[in-house]
Amino acid sequence: MKKLFYEFLKGIIKENPTFVLVLGLCPTLAVSISLINGIGMGIAATFVLLGSNIIISLMRNIVPERIRIPCFIVVIATFVTITEMAMKAYSPALNRALGIYVPLIVVNCIVLGRAEAYAQKHSVLNSLFDGLGMGVGFTLALLLISGIREILGAGKILGFSIVKGFEPVFVLGMPSGALLVIGLLLGFFNVLKNRKI
Amino acid sequence: MRNRLIVSVFPHLHKDESVTKIMWMVIISLIPAGIAGVFIFGTSAFWIIILGVVSALMTEGILQVLTKRKVTILDGSAIITGILLAYNLPPKVPFWIPIIGSFFSIAIGKQIFGGLGQNIFNPALLGRVFLMASWPKYMTTFTPTPKSLVWGFTKPASFDTVTSATPLALIKEGKVLENISYLDLFLGKRAGCIGEVCILALLLGALFLLLRGYISWHIPMTYIFTVAAFTYIFGPKGLFSGDWLFHILSGGLILGAFFMATDYVTSPLTYKGQAIFGIGCGIITAIIRLWGGYPEGVSYAILMMNAATPIIDRYAKPRVYGTK
Repeated sequence: MKKLFYEFLKGIIKENPTFVLVLGLCPTLAVSISLINGIGMGIAATFVLLGSNIIISLMRNIVPERIRIPCFIVVIATFVTITEMAMKAYSPALNRALGIYVPLIVVNCIVLGRAEAYAQKHSVLNSLFDGLGMGVGFTLALLLISGIREILGAGKILGFSIVKGFEPVFVLGMPSGALLVIGLLLGFFNVLKNRKI
Repeated sequence: MRNRLIVSVFPHLHKDESVTKIMWMVIISLIPAGIAGVFIFGTSAFWIIILGVVSALMTEGILQVLTKRKVTILDGSAIITGILLAYNLPPKVPFWIPIIGSFFSIAIGKQIFGGLGQNIFNPALLGRVFLMASWPKYMTTFTPTPKSLVWGFTKPASFDTVTSATPLALIKEGKVLENISYLDLFLGKRAGCIGEVCILALLLGALFLLLRGYISWHIPMTYIFTVAAFTYIFGPKGLFSGDWLFHILSGGLILGAFFMATDYVTSPLTYKGQAIFGIGCGIITAIIRLWGGYPEGVSYAILMMNAATPIIDRYAKPRVYGTK
């Protein structure tokens, strides 16, 4: 049980996909303009990670080594399609806001990376917790980045203005602002990491 | 006092120059342009310069204390950054603009890379571009200069809601410039940023630096000449009809070419490399001015060439003596 808990926790801090593994930066840079986008993207990616990790772990012994990547892609694409259809049905606004980045989860490095590096070598239960941990870690990172960008870049939280008279830092809402915020956070977490040891 | 005889290795000739001294010389050379800016735009310009300098110094000091490095706020480099940033601001910006700009310049532009000598971009320009992208409303609002400009006795504009565009912005909008002569541009009787308007004062400072040998002519001359050639060739009424003198005298070209493109840290080391650097800056500036979205491109041009400096240095390496 402790082992499983560790598998879950490592995705959040020790191997955080965004700040430690630095994977999946494309959707992170693109959609982290507002908190709601971050939440939506995080949940979608978590669902896909969870499903693909379980299925790929289940079939890890029957898939031949040579064609494993196409198999992984098919599995991942299935889950992404499910996610996209569900999102279109229940939250069309979010789907519009996230746009092309929902189907692009198929090629998200985190999902394929976990399938390749973890799920195909570990048991189903371990893979499940790994996928969940990675998904939560990715979601938390997205929340942090998009929170900072929305509060400072637009002066709002979840679309509501917070401080009157606040002049938003316009640049943080632009792609260059995303790079700036991610770079500073990466540096900050590296400093924290080095200090602990 | 045991060893009266000091034995040391060569060189024994000592030159009385240090980074600190050069920095203070650059500060002195920047003073005329500041005085001119304050005369032209009034006391608000003075306070912006002071705010820029003080917050640059404070940011530098606090960050160096926090990161447990040697506090070097008196070596003058932070003061230069603060001054240059303030010179690149319109004269009537809110008070927090120079503070945030200086903070960004020093913290993100310089200290994150490891302090003086380590930064890849000119800190002051980085701060300006950040402000420009974040609060374009304030950064592009210029107050007009008073109509009755008499030498040294300008009244600051008593109305502060009237805005006007810089000559370059007017040209960009396709308007014809009236009642602005070359002499007006040369003396600074136009809308613009605090430190860039008075070409005469800037040239005084630049001449001082050139004569003392603190900067070489390679970057400024190639830069200005390239802009002039480009704007002359690709004029508004067909080839070879451009108003090149106007393009030299307006915008931040003189300030950028003499004081910011020549930054030791972010410009190439060899004269050959510096010439390439200047030409590159000139081409990018002219392209942005003539066909770009912004009326002025000096800061972007210098920053882009800053990024290209390492590669220029690699290809402009001098031949090692004795090799082919």
